[in-house]
Amino acid sequence: MSDAESMMHGGFVSALDLPDVPSSKLPHHLDLRRTRVLCNSVAPDNTDTVQYSGAYASMGVDNSLRLDDFRNNFKVNVNRLTADEMEFDMVGVDPSLANAFRRILLAELPTMAIEKVFIANNTSVIQDEVLAHRLGLVPIIVDPRHFDYLSENDRPNEKNTIVFKLHVRCKKGDPRGTVKSDELRWLPKGSEFLKESGASASNTKAETYTSFNFSQDSMPEFSDNPIGVSPGIIVAKLAPGQEIELEAHAVKGIGKTHAKWSPVATCWYRMLPEVVLNEDIKGDMAEELVKKCPASVFDIEELANGKKRATVARPRACTLCRECVRDDEWERRISLCRVKDHFIFTIESVGALPPEVLFTEAVKILEDKCERVISDLS
Amino acid sequence: MEHASFGDERNATFCITEEDHTLANSLRFALNQDPRVMFCGYSIPHPSDAKVNIRVQTTGEPAREVLKDSCQDLMLMCQHVRGSFDKAIAEFKRNNSSRNYGRNPIAKEDNTNRKLSEAKDCLSKQLHTLPKFNNHNQNRQ
Repeated sequence: MSDAESMMHGGFVSALDLPDVPSSKLPHHLDLRRTRVLCNSVAPDNTDTVQYSGAYASMGVDNSLRLDDFRNNFKVNVNRLTADEMEFDMVGVDPSLANAFRRILLAELPTMAIEKVFIANNTSVIQDEVLAHRLGLVPIIVDPRHFDYLSENDRPNEKNTIVFKLHVRCKKGDPRGTVKSDELRWLPKGSEFLKESGASASNTKAETYTSFNFSQDSMPEFSDNPIGVSPGIIVAKLAPGQEIELEAHAVKGIGKTHAKWSPVATCWYRMLPEVVLNEDIKGDMAEELVKKCPASVFDIEELANGKKRATVARPRACTLCRECVRDDEWERRISLCRVKDHFIFTIESVGALPPEVLFTEAVKILEDKCERVISDLS
Repeated sequence: MEHASFGDERNATFCITEEDHTLANSLRFALNQDPRVMFCGYSIPHPSDAKVNIRVQTTGEPAREVLKDSCQDLMLMCQHVRGSFDKAIAEFKRNNSSRNYGRNPIAKEDNTNRKLSEAKDCLSKQLHTLPKFNNHNQNRQ
């Protein structure tokens, strides 16, 4: 029975099945709500994302994500890349994924940081515990992938511990001195402090606080680039006659345990701002609009007849301060939006790894998490 | 790991330990995009416990298989993200190979130069407005 026949017989045919209704396409106003956050003068509107695959089923639109579609739509564009900072655009990805990458970068990527400090002498005004805390926050410039975690029962060895020595003194008669992180000396052979317990019992070789099997500088990755720390950080100040002598042991850890292990100074993303002029803004009004915007998003273009018209020249500079839509009549003229699936991602590394490596490592960690769930389920 | 199935394979709650919003929210996204899923959601019962509960209700398939497929999808998405990212980085490095962005970044210097010139602009603007302000005061007097 054809459709026409079924209609004649009182059967039901959805309007969407009629040939002149375009299928698999959302009407414009719904598509706008799906893809844009609207920044009205009162508050941002429509901030949620529609994830459910059947959200638009009644309109005959499939909201599910096919992997091929994802592959076709996903784009990365690098805007800026230096040794310790990068900015890139990530397009065609859900906020939940972008946020997962950000969270992993902040809290779940391992680095090395000073965890134990053995203080032999500290006559400075900085208390031992404060000094130890300050040392812990000094970034160590080393690839953490060369090291293992130190678990509770492990002896500290060359695969899980980096030892630094700090011995500074301010002589009597000298001016007050500043101790900077540069003075931390790497000890590739491990600890030099002897353990005190049972010295008489063993007359074999004296035991130190680490048990290195071989020197770290014989390892190929460190033989020609010694492990150092981020230079120029003030650790303590010394008055004449004061002295600090200590040993600092760095181990591998993640930012979730303590922020000192976080490999990024910070890492954030923002959605791409979109500024649309709903009508032509000309003459004095154009001048007014350019003046309104503190981020200088707008420019004036000269028209052929000597008139002026406002244009959106730098939408990326928009901070969504909403200064331009504060007045009622202006809110009509300008729409401020954010594109929901376009993220401007910035990573500031503290130096252990370059930012582009940090991001790939973060994605790998999310993959590992999925793999763990799969193996747990099967 | 799985609990509250009670013989009905279509509906299940999965408890994943040592995970938080990072994985659970991404998984919820992946699950929601699967047409076989009728409902899914997650909760963290207590902030001190490192565990999440993920609820999956399907239209007929076993929930366990759907969750597994979603994990697989998420993994493939990640792999694609990583692949495209590496490609974009390689391309950027190729296009900017004249610049040394290694351990001694020139790009960073450019940045400071830009900031300097911005500061100069800002200062000159302020100087520009200053005499106007004085004139104004004089006029009033």
